[in-house]
Amino acid sequence: MTAETLPQVSSNSRARSSSQTWAGSSPRRLTPWRVLGLISLVLLAAAWLVPFLWNILTSFKSEQDAVRVPVQIMPEGGFTLEAYRRVLGQGNLVVWFTNSVVVAVAVTVLSVLICALAAYGFSRMAFRGRKLLLAITLASIMVPGQLLIVPLFRQMASFDLVDTYWGVILPQLVHPVIVYILKKFFDGIPRELEESARMDGAGPLRIFWSIILPLSRPVLAAVSIFLFIGAWNNFLWPFIVTNNPDLMTLPVGLANVRSGYGLQYAQNSAAAVLAALPLLVVFVFFQRQIVRGVATTGLGGQ
Amino acid sequence: MTSAALEQEIPAAGGGRAPWTTRLWHSGVLFVVPFLLVFAIFLVWPIISGFVMGFTDASLNGRPASFVGFGNYVEAFGDPEVWRTLWHTVLFTLITTLPMVVIPLGAALLTNLGFPGQWLYRMSFFAPFLLPVTVVTIFWGWMYHADFGLLNAAMEAIGLDRVPWLQDERYAMLSVAVTTVWWTLGFNYLLYLAALQDIPQHLYEAAAIDGAGAWRSMWSITLPMLGRITGLIAVLQLIASLKVFDQIYLLTRGGPNGSTRPVLLYVYDVGFSGFRLGYAAAISYLVFAVIVILSLGQLKLFSRGSD
Repeated sequence: MTAETLPQVSSNSRARSSSQTWAGSSPRRLTPWRVLGLISLVLLAAAWLVPFLWNILTSFKSEQDAVRVPVQIMPEGGFTLEAYRRVLGQGNLVVWFTNSVVVAVAVTVLSVLICALAAYGFSRMAFRGRKLLLAITLASIMVPGQLLIVPLFRQMASFDLVDTYWGVILPQLVHPVIVYILKKFFDGIPRELEESARMDGAGPLRIFWSIILPLSRPVLAAVSIFLFIGAWNNFLWPFIVTNNPDLMTLPVGLANVRSGYGLQYAQNSAAAVLAALPLLVVFVFFQRQIVRGVATTGLGGQ
Repeated sequence: MTSAALEQEIPAAGGGRAPWTTRLWHSGVLFVVPFLLVFAIFLVWPIISGFVMGFTDASLNGRPASFVGFGNYVEAFGDPEVWRTLWHTVLFTLITTLPMVVIPLGAALLTNLGFPGQWLYRMSFFAPFLLPVTVVTIFWGWMYHADFGLLNAAMEAIGLDRVPWLQDERYAMLSVAVTTVWWTLGFNYLLYLAALQDIPQHLYEAAAIDGAGAWRSMWSITLPMLGRITGLIAVLQLIASLKVFDQIYLLTRGGPNGSTRPVLLYVYDVGFSGFRLGYAAAISYLVFAVIVILSLGQLKLFSRGSD
């Protein structure tokens, strides 16, 4: 697999050209069927936005207006930033946001590094036991990690890593499927480049670092995006391993504080909107890369 | 073969006397060691220790565990709550799988028609996938709110009665399923979009020359070409659904009356609230066996279908 065969999802021109396909007629002609298609598409896409809009709307209401019966779309008392002021005033959200950044970045960088090293070792090296270790690694893709929370928690407790960053990060570094994807990619890189570098006296680590990694930039980006989203949104493990509010990630902290906000619905919505923003902003700027990263990695690099 | 040739070159590094670190790097072992370390400590070891734990009465309160043989497994087989929660997990999987294939497929086909505003369609279908589960459940908890939620306001507006979506056993699982579809559909949607654009253009051109219309092309080319990806999506979907925990825990805590409690939440409750780690580990392994059997069965089903 090379960079060119990564699924290209996001270019408008390709989408437009393929519209001539099963829709039959030229893209400019509006047959009744195409109009019906457009209407369904717009309605479906709009329906998908409703929960966003309803919560954004609520977050700008006062608490009194949020709980008025019958439900009002436009609040009687006008819009206000009060809910945001309160939520941000409590300060926790900033701490959790920082924790999420630390955890997600550490998980992404460390996972990519160790998985890429391992993938290269499995792809190019001839140490004893290589085949067996590779087979075990691939078989473990089947294991649903969530079912290991009980023994894993006990283990982290015995390591004294409960309520630490490392306790959150370390168990999230094991991604056999990423090793598999990267190995497949490395297998496709022609060996001539490495041979000539070896002639020039470069060692394996040096070859890996300055030849293989630069050549693999697209697949590394795809894998990194996939890992980052996963780590940023991971709930179950961070939820189990952290009790100290100062160490919680955003999803866990927010879940814990919901009871704290009590029946403050506008504040609930404001906190959720704030927590939703970071990845949405990133998505707006890196849509193409994210779409490609998710599509590629989701397919196991096919 | 190349790697064998590679090994022979190793001594060249230091005139036959390379330092042992260099030799280790050249052998390639050091490349896989970091991964294998975390792999062994955080995946393999929990698998083993969990298996052993399932045969003990290990407890969270720290008293030393003693061996109980198959006691936990015998208890699990006779525990109606294990089967009930396992059924909830399977039910959730059954309800969500079909919509998680059909809706993204429809949305991708419609998007692929090429209307202006591509960016917006992708954004609205895929954006929910980028949200942390807590945000998703706050959003939907507020949509479903019995008194102040938008859904009941809409029900009233069209003359229907209010429904306590998350507090009524008849609707709670359905509500959880709807939230899940909204949240995770974007992933399958992207996979379908990518697959659609990989269908070779010349197939359509050839069909058009043969006089095939739009519908004909769709039934005879587009849908058959999506068969493989549909199989893959169904397998991924099954595996993900059987592990359901987060959104149910956050929306209903498994209620009302335990009617939405998935088996993973039962494991959590037994282990972390009930302090019975040994019993929780045994249930995990039962579930693991079920997941492996189901996914192997499905894999076989689909690989036969696509050949």
